Parts: sequence; C-alpha cells; structure tokens
Amino acid sequence: MGGQCPPTLSLLSLRPLRLCGLLYMTEQKTLPSKLVRNIREKSIELILFLAAFSSVATTVAILFILIKESLAFFTQISLWDFLTDTQWTPLFGDAHYGILPLLTGTLMTSMVALTVAIPMGTIAAIYLSEFASNTLREIVKPCLELLAAIPTVVYGYFALLFVSPLLQKVFPELSYFNMLSAGLVMGIMIIPFISSISEDAMRSVPLGLREGSYAMGATRLQTALKVVFPAGISGISAAYILATSRAVGETMIVAVAAGLQPKIVWHPFQQGATITAYIVQVSLGDLPHGTIEYQTIFAAGLTLVLMTLVLNIIGHFLAKHYREIY
Amino acid sequence: MAEELSDGVIFKPKAEVKNLNFYYGSVQALKNINLTVPEKQVTALIGPSGCGKTTLLRCFNRMHDLYPGNRYEGQILLERINILAPKVDPIEVRMRISMVFQKPNPFPKSIYENVAYGLRVRGENKRSLLDGKVEEALRGAALWNEVKDRLNDLALNLSGGQQQRLCIARALVVDPEIVLFDEPTSALDPIATASIEELMSDLKDKVTILIVTHSMQQAARFSDYTAFMYLGELLEFNKTETMFAKPSHKMTEDYISGRTG
Ligand SMILES: Nc1ncnc2c1ncn2[C@@H]1O[C@H](COP(=O)(O)OP(=O)(O)O)[C@@H](O)[C@H]1O
Ligand SMILES: [Mg+2]
Repeated sequence: MGGQCPPTLSLLSLRPLRLCGLLYMTEQKTLPSKLVRNIREKSIELILFLAAFSSVATTVAILFILIKESLAFFTQISLWDFLTDTQWTPLFGDAHYGILPLLTGTLMTSMVALTVAIPMGTIAAIYLSEFASNTLREIVKPCLELLAAIPTVVYGYFALLFVSPLLQKVFPELSYFNMLSAGLVMGIMIIPFISSISEDAMRSVPLGLREGSYAMGATRLQTALKVVFPAGISGISAAYILATSRAVGETMIVAVAAGLQPKIVWHPFQQGATITAYIVQVSLGDLPHGTIEYQTIFAAGLTLVLMTLVLNIIGHFLAKHYREIY
Repeated sequence: MAEELSDGVIFKPKAEVKNLNFYYGSVQALKNINLTVPEKQVTALIGPSGCGKTTLLRCFNRMHDLYPGNRYEGQILLERINILAPKVDPIEVRMRISMVFQKPNPFPKSIYENVAYGLRVRGENKRSLLDGKVEEALRGAALWNEVKDRLNDLALNLSGGQQQRLCIARALVVDPEIVLFDEPTSALDPIATASIEELMSDLKDKVTILIVTHSMQQAARFSDYTAFMYLGELLEFNKTETMFAKPSHKMTEDYISGRTG
C-alpha cells in the first residue's frame, strides 16, 4: 500500500533537493552556463532515482533472502507436508512442520481484530466526514490517530493484564493467554488505519453528488449511506485491505497476549500462536545458521509475505476496478 | 386566485417570492426579490453571471441550509405556506420541489437505482410500484427507449446528455410540484442540448418549471415567462415574447441585445 512508503521517500528525496537548490542559488551568479545546469539537473535526477531505488532494492533483498532460505527449507520438508501437516513442532524431538497451526492463529486474531476495526473505523469515518463539525473533526481526528502511535507492546500488556481478566469475569472458560483479547485490542489499534483513509475517500466524493441526494429529500444519514459510502468504496476497500495486512503482520500484541503454543485453533477463547509470534519467539533464542530450525523462520516469514502480497494485489485491483467505473 | 401583470397578462400562481433577501454570511446576494412563479409554465431566470440566479433558485428547495452561515429574509409562499420559515423542515420542501443541476450528477449506482432513489428515500421499496414509476419517469425524460434493456448498468457509463436526462427522470419520479433547473444544458453538446430543451417543453403540461439559463436563445425558445436579474435584484418579469420584443428596462434591453453580460 502506498500509505507506508511516501514519508520515507519524501524525506530521502527532499533533503538533497533542497541542498541542490541552495547550491544552485549561490552558483548562479558565477556559472550560468547550460552545461553546468545540465549536470546539476542530471545529478538531482540521479539522487532522486537512488532514493527511490533504495526502497526497491531493500524489498528485493528481503525477498531474496526469504526465498533463498525457504528453498533450503523446502529441500528437506515437502511443500505438501508444510501445507497439510496439522502440527508445528520444529524444536521438538518429534519435529513436525505444518504451517496450519500458525496460519489458523494468524487468521483468528486477524478476524477478531477486523470484526472490531472495520465497523468501528467505518462508523468513525462516516461520522467524521458527514456529521462532525470542522472544529470537532480537528479535535477527534488526531486523537483517533494517536491510537496507532501507541507502542504495540503496550497494547500487548493491556490485553494480557487488563482486557483478559475483564473478559474472564464474563467468560470463565477463557484461558490466560487467548486470541480474543489480543484480537480485540489489535482491532482498536487499527481503527485509525481504517477511519483515516475511509474518511479521506468519503470527503473527496464530489459535493455535487451529495447535493443531488439532498435535493431528492434524503436525510444526512441516507446521503452518507446510500451515496457517499458507495461513491468512496474504492478508497474504503483500500483501507480495509491495508488494515488486514496490518492485522496479519502484527507481532507484539499477539506474542504477549495470545500465547505461543502452536495448535490449530477453532475458537478465539483458545490460546494460539501466530506466524509472527512464532518468528519472534524463535528469533529470541540463538539458533545456529543453516539448521532446519533456523530455516523455519524464513518459511514462516515467506508465508506471511505472500499473504500480505495477495491482499495488496486484491486491494490494487479493487481500487482500479472502482476507479474505472467511477 | 390569479395574478395580473402590468399589461394585463393573467396567470395562476404556483409560488410567490416576497421581499426575499439572501445572505452568504455577511454578503448579501439577493436584494428584495419579488416574483410570482406561474403554475405549469416554464419560467426562465436570466441575467449576467454572478447576478444571483443560482442563489435564488436554490432558495426554493432550501439548498442553502446545507451550509453554515447562510441566511434568508422574507418569504417564498407555496400554497400559502412560507417554505423559508425556520420551523419548516427543508426535507419536506425538497420532497415537493425537485432539482436538476448544472453538471449531470448521477449516483454511482445502476440506472434503475438512480431513478428509484427518491422513492427509496421516501421509504418506498415495493418492487412492482418502483418498476412502474421508474419506467414512467424514464419515459417522461425521453430516455426509456435507450436504456430499457440495460436498467442494471451503471449510470456512469451513459453519455453526458443521457446522464442529464437520467437526472431529470430522477427528479420527476417523485411527482414534484416544481422542478428547478440550473443551467441544465451548459455542460452538454448542441445535440444533447436540443433533446433536453424539447423534453422540457413537453414537461410543462405536467409540472411547474423554473430554469436558470445563460443562453438568451434558450430562454426565448421555450420559456413562457422570463425574469431578468441584475446584481442580486430582479429588474423585470414578463411574458417571454413581451420581454424580448419590448423590454421595459434599459439594462434588460442591453443584456438581451448582447451589450452586457
Ligand atoms: N457559497 C457562496 N459564498 C459566498 N458568496 C457566494 C457563494 N455562492 C455565490 N456567491 C456569490 O453570490 C453572487 C451570486 O452568485 P450566483 O447565484 O452563483 O450567480 P449566478 O448563478 O447568477 O451566476 C455572486 O457574487 C457570487 O460570488
Ligand atoms: Mg449560476
């Protein structure tokens, strides 16, 4: 998603640009020749290119290492076993390498999180874009966005030490580590990802469409739900996809509060390890390079990257599809 | 109840604007407007750009209520009720008075749902009733034959002229008493413009039409009455033939003959 890339890109690219601007101003008096100007233009272009290229290069390098180590892993463990074995016990004597336990853990926590974040984020976005006054929006929006700025480890302990005990009062069968509270808290954390982007999408819906709806006698709520929301759906679905990627990749909250025991999970009351939680867990110990245990990290990581990649591709096509029709 | 113009023209009034002032914040955009809109006739609002035509039109369906700081003074009477009164719900007003905008603004929905919108907003969801009303409105807007086989297609795939006729169908489906048009052909090519003008002449048997136009020819071609506005004031109102043949105001004459505006 574009959302994460631009800040770094602009930081990288703006600074050289400003420096070159200064250079240009001081040199202009003495060297106004066309050749010098051309060289300057070209070098700025090169710097900009390198800035953009560095992010591409990093992505490629990460993918390269992931794939290389994963390939080593799959020479020993068949892809079939990886996808169908129901146990994940690479560190035990009786080692099994089935990704399903971690995958179900990841999907379960993500699902709980999205069940919270999508409705809450969408409602917040509709409220901010269609109902709130400008002053109220100026106050509420930064507060909402602060939710995403809290360190995730804080959320993790909030889930473990506050939300879980609270939920246990209602559901005594809830285990100490559980995916429900981790997912709920993660859902709160990703609300601003959805509300911010969805609000932007809805606010950029042309005024003429809103007026067309009001002119037919529609109320504000009808206009928001029947016209503005569908008109902004491409941006809104992009927000949902981004939030899903964020949920799938979230690490600290689940590592702290959801548990670390990889078992296939069916119910959010259970404890369960996610792909990310497994990766931090084993990375904390020191595994010798080149061992199969070491390579499991990369196989799990590649699975995660592929999931996010698929989500991003879906998001890209959704956005493109809606841009075409609207 | 009948209204008589200075030279003896008699018509039945549909709405009466009385001493209307309108303010965008502290800026006064309309100054003491008095106008009687004849029933089931086409009344054109003309005048140079920025003279307040759109502002006046949008008073009729209380569109100005959507934005903070706007203020009305005076009255617009619709069957003896002042629709500008603060206790009157703007939504009630918009249920009786439809509007077609300058730029076609179909919703990102199917052709069918675009037309059915006004009915759905009023809580009407019975399919058989909607089907009939949608067809009737599309026929009324001279669009039925072009779209009857693809009612479920997205409205945004229609051409500009078709989109505007769709917006007219959308405005007609709720059987409005008055339809407001704000330069409905200014974004369209000459052929689409001609078809919309023809459509509007047909409509006036059924509904009262108030139309803002910047084109003298358009006003002359199919309006029955014309009001000339200048700098927020309404300078002259008369039958269109009379107005164009012997305008009583010097400003009107200059504008009609193309010397201003
Ligand atoms: N939203 C607004 N806020 C402030 N002034 C406005 C606004 N809309 C229009 N005006 C002003 O009111 C006057 C009348 O505008 P308008 O009714 O759009 O004219 P017309 O439709 O005849 O071209 C103009 O001077 C315009 O600048
Ligand atoms: Mg105008």
